[in-house]
Amino acid sequence: MKSAVIVFPGSNRERDMLYALEKITGEKPLPVWHTETELPKVDLVVLPGGFSYGDYLRTGAIAARAAIMDDVRKKADQGVHVLGVCNGFQILCEAGLLPGVLVRNNHLKFVCKHVKLEVANASTDFTNKYNKGDVWRCPVAHGDGNYFTDAETLARIEGEGRVVFRYAEGTNPNGSLNDIAGIINDRGNVMGLMPHPENEIEPLNGGAEGRNLFESVLEAVA
Amino acid sequence: MKARIKVMLKNGVLDPQGKAIEGALGSLGFDGVASVRQGKLFEVELAEKDPSKARAALDEMSKKLLANTVIENYAIEFDEK
Repeated sequence: MKSAVIVFPGSNRERDMLYALEKITGEKPLPVWHTETELPKVDLVVLPGGFSYGDYLRTGAIAARAAIMDDVRKKADQGVHVLGVCNGFQILCEAGLLPGVLVRNNHLKFVCKHVKLEVANASTDFTNKYNKGDVWRCPVAHGDGNYFTDAETLARIEGEGRVVFRYAEGTNPNGSLNDIAGIINDRGNVMGLMPHPENEIEPLNGGAEGRNLFESVLEAVA
Repeated sequence: MKARIKVMLKNGVLDPQGKAIEGALGSLGFDGVASVRQGKLFEVELAEKDPSKARAALDEMSKKLLANTVIENYAIEFDEK
């Protein structure tokens, strides 16, 4: 599987993502600088974590208008898989590729710890290696992870099974509506989540269940 | 032409920063502060001289970048001459 990782000024998890992708896919992913206007031909485009543009204006707001994002939108329309992790999720929401927005954690503090994630939908291209209801440990590190949207949109994404991951066992670290940790678009090829599956891929991390997410995409695009 | 764009969270959207400021005012001894909401103010200087064209441009800027209309409202004002 060929993959690309977009790098914005202020991204800081791109190396973790490049490492995880190479380890799991066996192919070197391509880093792409945000001023590029065309993505290489890949099966998966990843927007990594970090603090693009220092979170100025709103988290992800300025990166969402970067030059490369027009092609991300175009490739998403063509069915290419797009994954946003943490700041990447915030950027996908700001770009309108996913509904809703991530706002300041309800307790105003940055959280850096492990949470429990429940797989709410295991029949997506990003979760087919999990079982519905699986609960696994995953790290989070964010100040703005509180998922918010209007009541109508919330009801729609819940009804359509587009909530993919939820914080489980009382570990919601940010006040996110309905314990939402990750959602997918209506076509099922663009997913965003706040936790960092790329940091839970081998025994050294204390757990490797984040691997399943990447292996799911690997299988889906094969 | 100078304009100001005021961006505020919509009613019903939790504003934890406003709440924290409200609490701090209380602890400074300011009684009777019923609530505080925090917003943003942008001062924009435009080359455009035509007020209706300027307003249309500012409206577009607000929708595309300055405000996230999922959670925020915006209001455009022009500076008095």
